[in-house]
Amino acid sequence: MKNLIESLVKPLVDYPEEVTIEAVEEDNRIIYKLTVHKDDIGKVIGKRGRVAKAIRTVVYAYAHTTENKKVFLEITE
Amino acid sequence: MKEITATGQTVDEAVESALKQLKIKKEQALITVVDEGKKGLFGIFGSRPAIVKVKVNIDPIEEAKKFVKSVCDNMDIPIEIESVVEGKNVHFNLISEKTGLLIGKRGQTLNALQSLTQQVLNRYTDQYMVVVLDAENYRKRREESLVQLANRLASKALRERKEIKLEPMPSFERKIIHSALADNEKVKTYSIGTEPHRRLVIQPKF
Repeated sequence: MKNLIESLVKPLVDYPEEVTIEAVEEDNRIIYKLTVHKDDIGKVIGKRGRVAKAIRTVVYAYAHTTENKKVFLEITE
Repeated sequence: MKEITATGQTVDEAVESALKQLKIKKEQALITVVDEGKKGLFGIFGSRPAIVKVKVNIDPIEEAKKFVKSVCDNMDIPIEIESVVEGKNVHFNLISEKTGLLIGKRGQTLNALQSLTQQVLNRYTDQYMVVVLDAENYRKRREESLVQLANRLASKALRERKEIKLEPMPSFERKIIHSALADNEKVKTYSIGTEPHRRLVIQPKF
């Protein structure tokens, strides 16, 4: 899952080396916390969250096939 | 492709600054030294800065292809990609056994990946290019069913004498419906709402 998120995010940003993903596992859900360089946040979110929405759509599509738990993707600074 | 000119005290410094501005690595650049510069006496008299031209040497189509391939690999979907470039349109055809997962409900996964691919590709182009991702002729099949839907709903609107709102769709799908009903003199089509919830309305003409 982390690899998938990386492969979606890294090609979009100017500082791929500063992309980090942390997984927080709870009882019935997994939250992936994505952090990127300050200047890249706009690129990852996009106009009206368009890019973020597209990233989530792909991530969740894959999550449904592999994970039993609910998966969330959070974008933070 | 993007090209800039940069200066610096030495050739290396000039190159460094150009790469930083373009946000690329040295392997992705085509570098021409315009002027090697001169140190001058004590670095003050008669010194001349070094000038270099740096051109981005990345094939946007290849980058986009690599992007799609790596995303699909990470989703455990083995794929082959065929690409066709026509003017500013780039068409990628994805060939795989597991296209169902890739397309998603009403093509939402494919559309999401398509917009991301467009984003990646346009990072490396001067002119904006439009990306179409297709899998197993999904776009063609979808177009046919949208045209059918359009005609069916147009007659329903006429029969019931009221407007019919369609569910939200991306712009390229709305376009198919608009043009399918453009020649129909009995109905009018327009869209309401803002992206990504913009939806089409079919209105009977009285």
